[in-house]
Amino acid sequence: MNSLLLLGAIAKLPLADWIDNFVDWLVQFTGFFNAVTNFIGAINNAFQWVFDALPIWLFIVLVLALTYFVNRDKQNWGLLIFEFLGLLLIWNLNYWRDMTQTLTLVLTSSLIALVIGIPLGILMAKSHIAEVILKPILDFMQTMPAFVYLIPAVALFGIGMVPGIVASVIFAMPPTVRMTNMGIREVPDELIEAADSFGSTEWQKLFKVELPIAKTSLMAGVNQSMMLSLSMVVIASMIGAMGLGTEVYFAVGRNDAGNGFAAGLAIVILAIILDRLTQSLTRTRRKN
Amino acid sequence: MSTNKSTKVEVKNLTKIFGKRIAKAKELSSQGKDKSEILKETGATVGVDRADFKIYDGEIFVIMGLSGSGKSTLVRMINRLIEPTDGEVLIDGENLMKMDKKKLREVRRKKMSMVFQNFGLLPNRTILENAEYGLEIQGVDKDTREKKAKDALETVGITGYNDEYPDQLSGGMQQRVGLARALANDPEILLMDEAFSALDPLNRTDMQDQLLDIQERLHKTIIFISHDLNEALKIGDRIMIMKDAKVIQTGTPEDILTHPANEYVENFIENVDRSKVLTAGNVMIRPMTINIEKAGPRLTLNMMKANEVSTAYIVNNQRKLIGVVDANDVIKLVREKKGDITPIIQTKVPTTDEDTPISDLMDDISQTGIPFAVINDKKQLKGIIVRGAVLGALAGNEVSDFE
Repeated sequence: MNSLLLLGAIAKLPLADWIDNFVDWLVQFTGFFNAVTNFIGAINNAFQWVFDALPIWLFIVLVLALTYFVNRDKQNWGLLIFEFLGLLLIWNLNYWRDMTQTLTLVLTSSLIALVIGIPLGILMAKSHIAEVILKPILDFMQTMPAFVYLIPAVALFGIGMVPGIVASVIFAMPPTVRMTNMGIREVPDELIEAADSFGSTEWQKLFKVELPIAKTSLMAGVNQSMMLSLSMVVIASMIGAMGLGTEVYFAVGRNDAGNGFAAGLAIVILAIILDRLTQSLTRTRRKN
Repeated sequence: MSTNKSTKVEVKNLTKIFGKRIAKAKELSSQGKDKSEILKETGATVGVDRADFKIYDGEIFVIMGLSGSGKSTLVRMINRLIEPTDGEVLIDGENLMKMDKKKLREVRRKKMSMVFQNFGLLPNRTILENAEYGLEIQGVDKDTREKKAKDALETVGITGYNDEYPDQLSGGMQQRVGLARALANDPEILLMDEAFSALDPLNRTDMQDQLLDIQERLHKTIIFISHDLNEALKIGDRIMIMKDAKVIQTGTPEDILTHPANEYVENFIENVDRSKVLTAGNVMIRPMTINIEKAGPRLTLNMMKANEVSTAYIVNNQRKLIGVVDANDVIKLVREKKGDITPIIQTKVPTTDEDTPISDLMDDISQTGIPFAVINDKKQLKGIIVRGAVLGALAGNEVSDFE
């Protein structure tokens, strides 16, 4: 009882103020954040430029061809038909541009998550200290409600696609790091010994033994990251990231169930296509 | 026998202690405390305790012991996959412990290769790519390494599987690929860690024979780890027995069998399947022979009666085996008053040579009526193998000749 009273007597910790101060402090590095914004913006624009330049029919043909190619040992006609009809539906509903914007956001944030996440995963697998430090950070990144990231992201990166991408990267990167780490740690000891006993350098061991064997779990991580960044598109639309998410967000504001579900369905179609494509990369393939 | 051979690998005072209180453990070990006492006092595990031995150029040196005896740790210190706590490993006189990473890598690439218990093949690479691995990391160009890898695969008898993947092959085949990968580098030293232990008995025997075949051609220095004394006795030129991190005895198979260093080794060799160690030469007895150029039917019959045998071995002046005669046929000849025994000689006699292990003959011995004739490469009759003598030898009795 006494201790409870004591706890009540302590003034509320100014945790929020501290974080505000920290973010304010970060804002002074405008030059750095501007550079990052420009860089991410450039990647985003490049993807968008390609999608805008592609005629819709060619886009559909390319998606079907890619699906056919990655599944060439085990044809899945059902998936091809689904993709064809799904993309036609998106076109018909007039969501094509929104869909490509969402796709751009997902691809850009997945690409960044991959480029940062895989080396971090490797570092984590190789160094015990890195693992001890990174593990709680990854837990934090993944469990903190994703909305929260939007606030500093706006302060640092402004409004638009880029803060949306940054928030998506933070939220979506952990699985890639984790699965890379796990995949490398699970390479059988005997294979590591074999690599060492033949006189491999550390890099040779990494690229010729560890990464190829960890590939399955690594690709599973990439797949998860992509799905998580897709789950961010509606949230990111709140700070001006354009795309299907915006349609859903506006529909919520107008209490417009019809358009909300229609845009949501387009997201689902995109999600299934991306998921199946990356999943088939997960399977180990053999040349015959 | 070791005086005229040059030393390839010399191990001095090699020690490995796993755990935290290493200094204390070392001190206790030098006071003569054993592995379990040290574990109790310090929590440190002694893997290998001051091993000292030499391995000669071109020999198969088998390090043998039960699991936990330290043999796998020891072999991994020879290529420094495990960093020793103390001691030295000299390869051609060069101290491996003093080498920097680059020099060590060079030694691993050029001088010694390792074969693993569970093969250690890369599952994402084809058989050919696996065999190429050692050369690939040395930066050997594609054509050369492909050719060398193919040669090595041919040496171990794997052809036509180049584009298959390891899991499409049986265990025996996979280990042949493991061996080919090691041979492709053309190393001077082969480290084989329980290389055949994961194989079924038939495959294991096959691989042992093949290893001996390959060794006859290539003359590598082979360090072979095994927990199977039969295997050690079969392939080893010399055998080193380990127990609880310590070296107990080093010697030729003959030494080990005839002069076990202590009770432990004695108990060990008691379990040896003698049929694999004993050869035809060990169990053969002197047969009753008839020189065809001197004896006719009557003399033959008399000699057979005197020796109380029903079958006699017929040889010529050079003791070359011609065949056997049966007592009933000889009696018939004598009754018919014929002068030549040639027509009744049965020339179909099962033969073998002195070095054949009895285990290879067991089935045939139990099936044929006529004892095996042991002959040398000039077809001269050296002895015969009768069933009773084989069983006696397997039971551990000495085989005694009868005149």
